[in-house]
Amino acid sequence: MYAFRYHRPDTLDAAARLFGECEDPRYLSGGHTLLPTMKLRLAAPTDLIDIAHIEALKGVRVEDGAVVVGAGARHADVARSPGCGAAIPALAELAGMIGDFQVRNRGTIGGSIANADPAADYPAALVGLGATVTTDRRAVPADGFFPDLFETALEEGELVTAVAFPKPRRAAYMKFPNPASRYAIVGVFVADTGAGMRVAVTGAGPCVFRVREMEEALTRDFSPDAVAGIAIPEDGLNSDIHAAADYRAHLVTVMAKRAVAKALG
Amino acid sequence: MTITATMTVNGEERSGVCEERTLLVTFLRETLRLTGTHVGCDTSQCGACVVLIDGDSVKSCTVLALQADGRDIQTIEGVADGDELHPIQQAFHENHGLQCGYCTPGMIMSALDLLKHNADPTEREIREHLEGNLCRCTGYHNIVKSIRAAAGKMAGAGA
Repeated sequence: MYAFRYHRPDTLDAAARLFGECEDPRYLSGGHTLLPTMKLRLAAPTDLIDIAHIEALKGVRVEDGAVVVGAGARHADVARSPGCGAAIPALAELAGMIGDFQVRNRGTIGGSIANADPAADYPAALVGLGATVTTDRRAVPADGFFPDLFETALEEGELVTAVAFPKPRRAAYMKFPNPASRYAIVGVFVADTGAGMRVAVTGAGPCVFRVREMEEALTRDFSPDAVAGIAIPEDGLNSDIHAAADYRAHLVTVMAKRAVAKALG
Repeated sequence: MTITATMTVNGEERSGVCEERTLLVTFLRETLRLTGTHVGCDTSQCGACVVLIDGDSVKSCTVLALQADGRDIQTIEGVADGDELHPIQQAFHENHGLQCGYCTPGMIMSALDLLKHNADPTEREIREHLEGNLCRCTGYHNIVKSIRAAAGKMAGAGA
């Protein structure tokens, strides 16, 4: 890893000010993507701004029928949050499936969604539940947050501060994990929300996407059979050493069926 | 550029000079000379470098020493009580929970964190908890057996 300067601000204002002053800065949260990327010299920032000590980014709370997760909340915090577990158990379970135990003790939701790895789990929950991302500048609906591979709606220097997940009537997430990394080869989040059905798929394409045909079918009949006959086209899906595009397309239907069955309890 | 990092390590305040980019595992091994924590893969997969930060098990190859500045660190050297092995260490000894021993410090630090949250884990829960700790010798069987034995002993001792 190339040399850099390290900063540890206590407030969002101080962090933003530092970001504006440094030549090529990056925010550092849990560091479980950024540090490996720097070790590989795929990133070489001049300055790391460690935001782990900013109180405003911490915590998981339930307010007005939504679970609000601070950007600095670790996956373990979400997985173990009694409030989240009671309000949106599918979200707590998803957080508990990310990486391994030690990774969940460091990685944060803000870091995960700002990175927008195509195989990350959280994007499926954000889009599947119709969440809202709050930044230090504005609020962004999850549907518009993940435009493409490793891309987000964030502007240069814009910092995620929290994610608000509305409580659904019922929801579940099922993933087919890579057995080594636990990244999703395909993960499907199904939610019967107050504002309609949502089916969000991660791992299969360049970024998370919704399957409208499944959402319409589930609106008519919320059962695994309703989605069993819906095949999604393999065009544009990821194809790599872990799984070919046609296999991923097949897994979307399988995981969707399992998620609906799980949501039904 | 060099900088001083200060943290509590195994109950003692320790300081050392390092670079901003120095990893916690390197700081522990090379600056503080606590070489019980191992570097295996250096890519946060194998778990040989697991230590506790404020009680939480983490992979110290993917944490900067400066991120741990001011925190409470426990390494394998701080697990035994003097010459008396911790029940988890004793259980690894009694159940042949290691062969080459390279992964063992990480396994024990992970097990400490598991038993803190779940004092009576099932075999399946132990195996799932250890998904971030790789052992290339044992096939895991005796590691799992060791942790089960330690859980039983610690429950019996009211620990």
